[in-house]
Amino acid sequence: MDYSNIIDLLYLVSIIVFIIGLKGLSHPESARKGNQVAALGMGMAIVISLFAPETGDNNYLWIIGAMLVGGGIGLTSAKKVAMTKMPEMVSLFNGLGGACAMLIGIAEFGNLPAGTEMMSGAVLTNIFAMFVGAVSLTGSLVAYGKLNGSLRDNFTLPAPQLINITSLIGIIALSVMIMTQPELNMALVYALLGLSLFYGIAFVTPIGGGDMPVVISLLNSVTGIGATGAGLIYGNNIMIIGGILVGASGIILTVMMCEAMNRSLINVLVGNLGASGGGSGSDREEIVKEVNVSDLAIQLKYADKVTIVPGYGLAVAQAQHICHEIENALEDEGVEVRYAIHPVAGRMPGHMNVLLAESDVSYDKLLELEPANDSFPSTDVVLVIGANDVVNPSAKDDTSSPIYGMPILDVEMAKNVVVFKRGMSTGYAGVQNPLFFGEKTKMLFGDAKASLGKLKDEIANA
Amino acid sequence: MEQIINFLDDNTLAMLSLLVLSSFLGMEIIGKVPTVLHTPLMSGANAISGVVVIGAIILIRRADATDYLTLVLGFIGIALAMINVVGGFAVTNRMLDMFKKKERKN
Repeated sequence: MDYSNIIDLLYLVSIIVFIIGLKGLSHPESARKGNQVAALGMGMAIVISLFAPETGDNNYLWIIGAMLVGGGIGLTSAKKVAMTKMPEMVSLFNGLGGACAMLIGIAEFGNLPAGTEMMSGAVLTNIFAMFVGAVSLTGSLVAYGKLNGSLRDNFTLPAPQLINITSLIGIIALSVMIMTQPELNMALVYALLGLSLFYGIAFVTPIGGGDMPVVISLLNSVTGIGATGAGLIYGNNIMIIGGILVGASGIILTVMMCEAMNRSLINVLVGNLGASGGGSGSDREEIVKEVNVSDLAIQLKYADKVTIVPGYGLAVAQAQHICHEIENALEDEGVEVRYAIHPVAGRMPGHMNVLLAESDVSYDKLLELEPANDSFPSTDVVLVIGANDVVNPSAKDDTSSPIYGMPILDVEMAKNVVVFKRGMSTGYAGVQNPLFFGEKTKMLFGDAKASLGKLKDEIANA
Repeated sequence: MEQIINFLDDNTLAMLSLLVLSSFLGMEIIGKVPTVLHTPLMSGANAISGVVVIGAIILIRRADATDYLTLVLGFIGIALAMINVVGGFAVTNRMLDMFKKKERKN
């Protein structure tokens, strides 16, 4: 009896489970279930791969050991990671998946039987899996470094576009050389590996830190394609289809993220946003007005409508909880409090929603970009806390600004704007913000959490 | 020319069809996703790309018990990919849990 058909049938079932899971993940009401269904599909696929008939020594001890080590590390880090660090985590996880595809490619080169025809599908798929996996690995690591701040945007290569194109040509040339040799030349394989690893670095380094979410999404797609490449080595359907599903949906998600920022993918990849310094580009007089906490407390208590614009700075200061307390205190005074969430607030689209949900802020208080902008003219006070680029009016009218064209929260339509900020430094995109010098704007300098703490006390006392 | 034709045997063509059709499916499957779900969806899809772990499992299972180079490479591969799989699904679940908690209260 031939078991391989039964195995393929079982794989097909887990592919269907994957698809149902992924579909569920893309709708709010079914997302949680979708994730669990996808995890179930993965569990099924792994179990099938463990028991499908194979010709080797099985070496189950090695497999179980590795699964326990990896699973344990994965579970612990997933439980411990702070929600603000989520983008870094996803980036790191993604790089590890890429590393696995790369290792498979390397190992299978070593396993090619002597006398293998080099100009063959087997060699081509090995090259592909190794290349794609390596790019995903180093690219994700650079993205990780940029997000956690250990790599700054001024860490760049000279003439990045030239280096990128040269590396790509080199990679293609090496691949052709490997395939046209009479027999396997491991020196060429290692040269290809080295150049692929380098290309991942060269590809991500010139892209600004503010665009890392898009890059991670793209690299996620790349890892999926790497999984497909590894699947082609073994003719394994679940790897091929699972990988390509992630590859294709990852591209779509990447494009959607770019659309949320009103930019094209090409513009993100070669646009070099974060690296440029960006002048103020504004003719406003650079005079900053400050407000003190007790005045602000009174102003807030007598307001009818207050809108909070949270940014990554709020999350970094861990101030979302105290923000929620202020919201409650003001609601007790009869003030209507809302949150305006920019699509790219935080470090990833949807990141801020997760952070506020963590602090028990009610869902229906969150306004998306358009309803928020509609509500600003009737809003008395807007509190901008730790946000900068997403409220920068130069995105509207200053064509020389690197963020020109990005939709912003137009807080200047409100009657008063108070900006909570550490100092006058520029935002993540490195662009000066004319909002700070606006007529209706007042600044409250200091650590967001400390300022909000004082504000809360003042509201209670006033 | 012969080599190219050798490439395009029945098996390769079947594989190619599978690739093309799956790409279309992947592009259609997620459709319009609200921004609030971008982060969890990315993280969940990332976990699915850990399906590459199966390749490392096959690699080790096919190896000789004395082929330590392959075994070590495969061991590292499985461990890294399992971090991706388990960590990815767990972290996605944690994110989505927070939304669920909210919905119940309202």
